[in-house]
Amino acid sequence: MKVVVIGNGMVGQKFCEKLLSKGIPDLQLTVFGEETLAAYDRVHLSSYFAGKTVEDLTLQPVKWYEENGIDLRLGDPVQEVDRLKKTVTSFEGLTISYDYLVFATGSAAFVPPIPGVDKHGVFVYRTIEDLNMIWRHAATAKTAVVIGGGLLGLEAAKACLDLGIKDTHVIEFAPRLMPRQIDEAGSEILIQKLKELDITTHTGKNTAAILGNETIKGMIFTDGTILSTDMLVISAGIKPRDELARACGLTVGPRGGIVVNDHMTTNDEHIFAIGECALHNSMIYGLVAPGYEMADVVATQLAGAAKQFPGFDMSTKLKLIGIDVASFGDPFISGDEARTIVFRDNHRGIYKRINFSNDGKELLGGVLVGDAEAYNMLLQICKNKMALPPDPMDLIIKAKEGGADAGAGVVALPDDALICSCEGVTKLDICKAVTGQGCETVDAIKKCTKAATGCGGCAPMVKDIMVHTMKQQGKLVRNVLCEHFSYSRQELYDLVKLKNLHSFDEVLDTLGEGDGCETCRPAVSSVLASLWNELIVKKESATSQDTNDRFLANIQKGGTYSVVPRIPGGEITPDKLLVIAQVAKKYNLYTKITGGQRIDMFGAHLNDLPSIWEELIEAGFESGHAYGKSLRTVKSCVGSTWCRFGLHDSVSYAIRIEERYRGLRSPHKLKSAVSGCIRECAEAQSKDFGIIATEKGWNLYVCGNGGSKPQHALLLATDLDSETCIQYIDRFLMFYIKTADPLTRTATWLNKMEGGIDYLRNVVVHDSLGIGAELEREMQLLVDAYQCEWKNVVETPELRSQFTHFINAPKEKDPTVQFETMRDQKKAATW
Amino acid sequence: MSSQNWFHVCSVQDMPHNGGVCVKYGDHQIALYYFTHRNEWYASQNLCPHKQQMALSRGMLGSQQGEPKVACPFHKKTFSLKDGHCLNDETCGSIAVYEVRVKDGQVYIDVSDIEQEVPAGEPASNMCS
Repeated sequence: MKVVVIGNGMVGQKFCEKLLSKGIPDLQLTVFGEETLAAYDRVHLSSYFAGKTVEDLTLQPVKWYEENGIDLRLGDPVQEVDRLKKTVTSFEGLTISYDYLVFATGSAAFVPPIPGVDKHGVFVYRTIEDLNMIWRHAATAKTAVVIGGGLLGLEAAKACLDLGIKDTHVIEFAPRLMPRQIDEAGSEILIQKLKELDITTHTGKNTAAILGNETIKGMIFTDGTILSTDMLVISAGIKPRDELARACGLTVGPRGGIVVNDHMTTNDEHIFAIGECALHNSMIYGLVAPGYEMADVVATQLAGAAKQFPGFDMSTKLKLIGIDVASFGDPFISGDEARTIVFRDNHRGIYKRINFSNDGKELLGGVLVGDAEAYNMLLQICKNKMALPPDPMDLIIKAKEGGADAGAGVVALPDDALICSCEGVTKLDICKAVTGQGCETVDAIKKCTKAATGCGGCAPMVKDIMVHTMKQQGKLVRNVLCEHFSYSRQELYDLVKLKNLHSFDEVLDTLGEGDGCETCRPAVSSVLASLWNELIVKKESATSQDTNDRFLANIQKGGTYSVVPRIPGGEITPDKLLVIAQVAKKYNLYTKITGGQRIDMFGAHLNDLPSIWEELIEAGFESGHAYGKSLRTVKSCVGSTWCRFGLHDSVSYAIRIEERYRGLRSPHKLKSAVSGCIRECAEAQSKDFGIIATEKGWNLYVCGNGGSKPQHALLLATDLDSETCIQYIDRFLMFYIKTADPLTRTATWLNKMEGGIDYLRNVVVHDSLGIGAELEREMQLLVDAYQCEWKNVVETPELRSQFTHFINAPKEKDPTVQFETMRDQKKAATW
Repeated sequence: MSSQNWFHVCSVQDMPHNGGVCVKYGDHQIALYYFTHRNEWYASQNLCPHKQQMALSRGMLGSQQGEPKVACPFHKKTFSLKDGHCLNDETCGSIAVYEVRVKDGQVYIDVSDIEQEVPAGEPASNMCS
């Protein structure tokens, strides 16, 4: 069977996947794509500005098409369809025949006929190429306007924020935002929330013309008002790409769209249309989930089975700029047909509305803004016509405290309840993945069933179902530390603080059982250090530290240790370099420059550590905490003091930051960097927190990671002054320290965080939890409690005496230690 | 029971709590542990059989289903302090364990299983029974 697909967007790609899975023999699949990129995730387009790459967004790499025998022709749009000969001819002149032809040509941005839309600085928001053009232009823009207050328009406004444009406006022709999804009152709350993020909304506005000569300068509206701006992004709706279908004589709708029946067949029985180019029942579906369903309908029929497209529920839940917005069922129904309950909290910016039948038995629809936690459950109740509680108000008011109950809710769902509408995964599919295939993490379930891989909105519900199913099987699902503590690290942190516990044994006897182990000892020690920052080598604490922390040095092959003095920001005087050289020579140490801009000395005997440090401290050095789960280095480029490109003094700022957070104990090691300009020589975007100078201040990036799974840091806030930047870092680090699991780097912590960077930004920048001041205060306590651990040891004979190899022969070193020679230095003997 | 040979190590005050130290016995290295939380004493070879490192005395103490254990600081192989078998890697060898005795605030290890010519000059008063 020869199948040709015109269009390689999300729906076109999904169709290929679905068709392949049917296992049709002798399938010859050819795909033509207009863009030069393979299909990518358009739903999360704005994440491109927040650090995602084209590769991240790509649905399947070109290799995937090759491996599956698909002839993918990118950058080569079909120019002509000959329905009589059943052939298509491409731009490059290739003509091939088909048995079945599938139009998945999608849509283009609808650009209203406003005078001046062709000016420089006016963009649409549709493809990665559009984004690249916006990106280039935004570098010099201070103000941005988005026309269109719908889903895509608000996404575009978020993109402008991510690009660092502080003054962003949204223009909507209708009297409210998201007119298809939410009502007037919901829109008011949304506008208020956007205002807090410096996005100004103008509703009921009609643009008359775009001002400026070659480049946009501003806009004039039909009411005579003028708004000046440096750029304009038009996101006023979509226009089906039906020109090719029209040209080959397929029926199209009066306002565009290829007319299809319930089989997705056009007026030519060998030609189908799916996705945003298809007009089904006078409706264009501008969402990805119905597009996927259409793809499945066609693939199923080509495989010889029957399937129809019955129309699609347009319920949606989105996180727009960190704000939850959802609507389901019939959000607007009112009057005689239904009753409505509304909950509105102007203070916290929350609006909830549910509509239910007059007899109070059936949920008909609703709107949620600001808090959409209840969405999945409400949608299921609505779709499955489940019984309502006696007082339907409980659905929206109780849902808030009902955190513990959220899991119980999934129990009531029928097996065939559709949980992931993007991928068509039911509750039963997920349960089976847990019981039959042993999936016990959301990631495993994603891999196995594809649930939550589309828009991701159902992920919390997938998790609830998974946890519930595991519990039914009698499996322990609590995220506990080990057999000695049935608490998570976060719970333990709170309890240790509440009960004011200061040693491992106190914590164990109060909160745990048994005698501890190599998992909980360091985890509890880290919590204690993060809470009190007391000396970790005290007698009652030392043995509960990992050996590196117990001996304040990094154990290396052969049982010797390495020594790393702090060199803040990587700045060091020649005199101090001399001291390091002298110490290394005297104690016969191997020296190496580390990746964090300091010097590591290897091969020190345990017995020698105090004397080595005595000499280093005498010369003004202090511990570098290379042995701890704590702040390592703040790397810096040379900055404006020497560099001709430098905008600010990155070295001084790096030193200030390194000295503020030195010795800070955390769930895992912390790395940081400061770059003096956008050239980013300090590689700040690969750090747990990285700072890059801008014309106006500093941009703060968080949760980056090198190591085995590299991950770029994400932009948290822009153009900060030095004080605010430190304030945000204080909050960020303290929030991490308080909530992360043991040995979890910031990148992994963020990846697991529901709501991701938007949530984190709300907590840190907008103080959505109201804990900002508390976090700052706690950090200040730790900063004030800092002391150099090695200085303490060197000056305290009792502590110093712990650094011996033999308790009964304190002067003797370990005689089994052996070294070999390489490039004029020693190295540890191989094991 | 074969005869025991008690080697004096140190006094109780010299010991860290819930941790180990390394004891020199001729050419041998013995790890001595004071598991304060259980009020128990243990001793084993200092050599971790996994990568032949003299390190167990610097390991962390703990328990697994009530069984006292030590974790090597290098790769966290854990060994029972009761019989020396490796608790988390069947392919890893076990370690020798020795008896410990505390008398009048002084700590002694039974070294009778260690074939060892005690170096000349080692005072006989080290022995006790």
